[in-house]
Amino acid sequence: MTIGLAHYLTVGAILFTLGIFGIFLNRKNVIVILMSVELMLLAVNINLVAFSTHLGDLVGQVFAMFVLTVAAAEAAIGLAILVVYFRNRGTIAVEEINLMKG
Amino acid sequence: MIHALAFYVFAAVTVVSAFMVISARNPVHSVLYLILAFFNSAALFLLMGAEFIAMILVIVYVGAVAVLFLFVVMMLDINIAELRQGFLKYLPIGAAVGIALFAEILLALGAWSVSPVAAGSLRAKVSDVPNTEALGRLIYTDYMFLFQAAGMVLLIAMIGAIVLTLRTRPGVRRQKIAAQIGRRREEAVVLVKTRVGEGVSS
Repeated sequence: MTIGLAHYLTVGAILFTLGIFGIFLNRKNVIVILMSVELMLLAVNINLVAFSTHLGDLVGQVFAMFVLTVAAAEAAIGLAILVVYFRNRGTIAVEEINLMKG
Repeated sequence: MIHALAFYVFAAVTVVSAFMVISARNPVHSVLYLILAFFNSAALFLLMGAEFIAMILVIVYVGAVAVLFLFVVMMLDINIAELRQGFLKYLPIGAAVGIALFAEILLALGAWSVSPVAAGSLRAKVSDVPNTEALGRLIYTDYMFLFQAAGMVLLIAMIGAIVLTLRTRPGVRRQKIAAQIGRRREEAVVLVKTRVGEGVSS
């Protein structure tokens, strides 16, 4: 049997669902939430590259590179915010992040 | 045959390690499983024929992002037991949302098909240039400005991360190079004429 587009799309769908599931499951842990977001971006990349190679159009891979760039920037900024928050409050529990609540 | 086998192995390991990322008890283990998932999806990209993206994935994700996660996880003093509270409380709604989303995606995949107009142009642009070279030709011509914008995003992220985490502590003695260089002779040295045997009295 041959491995086609549908197989890769299914892997991407499973990864995306696992990312959503992880955000719901780890409501208290910001680090795991960030990792779940990375998983979802990875699923998006798999979809983009799968379509790109299936359709023979390289633009999908170019776009996957941009998604990768944004993911790296997001991880850096998110972890920097996390470090600053931990330094100020001594905890990273999501429930305690309510300083700006009116 | 070997292609299908490789696909199933890499896909299975990717999915299992992604599940371990969200369910591991220790955040350090989560990061390590994340690295495993990235490696295996890079292998999936290789199977698809996107070599450059696969290598970029290994370099950027495994080399930079995951190690950044690892640093932060090990730097912060996290109470694991406290963070695990409510894990089971959110399990039903998380599972419900996840299953609904997955079913919807599968439905969309099942109902999707290539339009007959576009089907004629499939595989039209495949040529004998290697993947990396073709990507380079595309990036540095048609997508030049987007490429520069991506670089700008990275620069801003870098500056933002530095500004956020840079800490200026009060009460730390530092070398003030400008003050050192700007000192003149008059405020530093005093010449005193002394006679022999009397010493210096200010």
